[in-house]
Amino acid sequence: MGKRVQKADDMSASVVAARGVGKTFGSGPEQIEALRSIDLDIAAGDFVSLIGPSGCGKSTLLRLIGDLVTPTSGSLSVNGKPPDEARLDRDYGIVFQSATLLDWRSVQKNVELPLEIMDFPSEQRPIRAREMLELVQLAAFADHFPWQLSGGMQQRVAIARALAFEPSLLLMDEPFGALDEMTRELMQQEVLRLWGETGTSVVFVTHSIPEAVFLSTRVVVMSPRPGRISAEIPIDLSRQRTPDTREERRYFELITEVREALRRGEAGTGI
Amino acid sequence: MGAGTNRRHLRTGISIVALIGVSIVLWEEYKVVWSAAGWDWPVRPDNRTMPHAWDVILTLFQPAQRNGPLFILVEARAALLTLREAFVGFVFGGAIGFGLGVLFVRSRTAERAFMPYVVASQTVPILAIAPMVVVWGGRLDVPQWLTVSIIAAYLTFFPVAINTLRGLRSTQATALELMKSYASSRGDVLWKLQVPTAMPFIFTALKVSAAASVIGAIVGELPAGFRGGLGRDLLQFSQQFTAAPEKLFAAVLMAGLTGMSFVGLVALAEHRWVNASRRQTT
Amino acid sequence: MNERDGTGGGRSTTDVTAVLEDSAGPGRRGRLAQYLPAIVAFLVVILLWEGLTRLLEVETFVLPKPSEVMTSFFATASVIWGAGYRTLIEALGGFTIGVTLAVVTSLAAARWVGFRQGILPLAIAANATPIVALAPIFNNWFSITSPFSKMGVVAVVVYFPVMINTTRGLLEIDPAEIELMRSIAATPSEVTRRIRIPNALPYFFSALKVASALSLIAAIVAEYFGGPQDVLGQYIINRANLFQFPDAWAAILVASILGVAFYLLILIAERLLMPWHVSFRSTE
Repeated sequence: MGKRVQKADDMSASVVAARGVGKTFGSGPEQIEALRSIDLDIAAGDFVSLIGPSGCGKSTLLRLIGDLVTPTSGSLSVNGKPPDEARLDRDYGIVFQSATLLDWRSVQKNVELPLEIMDFPSEQRPIRAREMLELVQLAAFADHFPWQLSGGMQQRVAIARALAFEPSLLLMDEPFGALDEMTRELMQQEVLRLWGETGTSVVFVTHSIPEAVFLSTRVVVMSPRPGRISAEIPIDLSRQRTPDTREERRYFELITEVREALRRGEAGTGI
Repeated sequence: MGAGTNRRHLRTGISIVALIGVSIVLWEEYKVVWSAAGWDWPVRPDNRTMPHAWDVILTLFQPAQRNGPLFILVEARAALLTLREAFVGFVFGGAIGFGLGVLFVRSRTAERAFMPYVVASQTVPILAIAPMVVVWGGRLDVPQWLTVSIIAAYLTFFPVAINTLRGLRSTQATALELMKSYASSRGDVLWKLQVPTAMPFIFTALKVSAAASVIGAIVGELPAGFRGGLGRDLLQFSQQFTAAPEKLFAAVLMAGLTGMSFVGLVALAEHRWVNASRRQTT
Repeated sequence: MNERDGTGGGRSTTDVTAVLEDSAGPGRRGRLAQYLPAIVAFLVVILLWEGLTRLLEVETFVLPKPSEVMTSFFATASVIWGAGYRTLIEALGGFTIGVTLAVVTSLAAARWVGFRQGILPLAIAANATPIVALAPIFNNWFSITSPFSKMGVVAVVVYFPVMINTTRGLLEIDPAEIELMRSIAATPSEVTRRIRIPNALPYFFSALKVASALSLIAAIVAEYFGGPQDVLGQYIINRANLFQFPDAWAAILVASILGVAFYLLILIAERLLMPWHVSFRSTE
């Protein structure tokens, strides 16, 4: 089996715990301070959206959690371990804005990719891959190639791939940014369903206020560069969200709350 | 592979055949019209200088010498000899080029150290000096086929190295991040991501190199004393032109087919490995 | 993004530049600084070559010393430069003929789809054949001592890559630009003149650069199949057969110099005719 033995604090309160995390790119006069003093806790089972204007560092923060970038200050733990250990333990799956499917592999083989790398037994890989494709309702397309699928379908394959090895954490970097509005809403519903069925914690980067509100248990609002957390807004909509949720008054109130937090964040820099 | 691709191939095939047919017609027309008008320029239209297309084909299926094997077989044997030399060099050059590409993508220091040499190697016009290299090799008692193979390898390794490097580097940034998120080993990143991404680039270089290898092999066979390959045959039939011009044309035809077949073989391999239905998904 | 269709246009010169710039590492230190390591490497090689061949007393026929090559270079100057001149004429003549025919064919191929569908695959296939094999035919048609026999070979060698690349340049246009032209009721020839031709120029010059190198080499190789005594190819092979390798290398040096000069001419022409092009902008 590919996963190493997990430490006992799987049950620790925070899946992600950041204390004073900062990231500066480059050095000397040309350096860019992308993030400053980030304090954040994400509990198991949370669905947390990071939202903010362009350049506020939300994608950087996501990549810090994933150990794709290292922080220049502060401490960060994922599943109670340093991020690099978490990455080596394959604790998270990631989905990018572009599906990044390998175009020489079939859909099923694409989902099997992480399983191959993590040395899953070869008989089990196709079975698990098919399970995941059924989960995202694309089992019929297992032998198709990426170019034959629409953007939305490709992203579903990417999500299936990210969940294939059952990570406890799912990182998503504006995964629906390239899709049209209607497909977006369908995909949001899909993600919520998967979240409900698998119990994975999710960190979700987005530009869209309605998307953040619709999906999350908590919205983290970030301010322009250098990115700081200017507000955390708990979303108290019912756990079971449906298209009708988009028409509830509370939904619109929360959208307004987030929007105002964003404006305050942009206006009130220097705190 | 959809029906659309097959139809497209069929249409292309028909167009090619049509153009070849048109060329033959133009050839014969030139002879007829120029003969009737008595013109001599640029090429004399008589059968000594411009044999009928049909005669050239006929020559292929006649014995090369009295009671000997068919001309086409003799030429095919010569072509195979030339092709063997080209192929050996091609494979070695390709392997070296590929290896260099992988090395350079792994190690920036290696790249900075050796890339200048790789580029410098191409300032030597190897085709222009091929016969000289063969004579030189002969003087050093290196077997001729080996010298010719080395020339083919020299022609192959550079385009393959450059294209391999370019292809290996052309991966999407997010694809590399994805592999990192899986805590992939370097080997996995190379073989599961970078090399497959590079294959279209590599095959482009291989097709160019295949053609160049055949040319290098033929040119390398030109110096005196080389026996049995296409290069020598071309020279020989050139001398026999006044007696039997069809032979030269037939030999040139065989040479052309040899080059095309080799490139065609590489293209076939490409078809299999680069999965013809694969398209770039952004 | 790029459909790799295996034309290659000879050698992918622009690809090489891209990769080399990649290799140069961080910081734009200017073109000269980029090539400095290569130049230094070259000088080191020459010095080592000279030193080792002297030290180990290597026979000339095994490996000639650079000093011997240079001596021959200056001693036989009138002969090799005279031969160089003749070969250059063949190369230039063939280049001109080939390029002209290629441009005419490209314009036709861009205009008529049927023609294009027939000739383009044929050109790609022909590009894969050893075109120099035509040399003996041309030798017999145009007399072995005439420069035209070599020019013919050069013309055919140059024709295919230039034709393929120029056609591509004429056709790979952003459809939005064509629609724009149609919206102002431009005629097809205006579209050709204002959109297609400027778009094709970079492709054209890229192919010309490849062709310039090819034409000199093709001329020399064609001469190997037979020619007058006083052309580079015949001179090289005659000297080689007599094991006079320093003389042969001196002649090759002449060929290289001529090749570089030809290439630079194309570069200058390119600068003059395409001052707007991205690759010339200084900041990048």
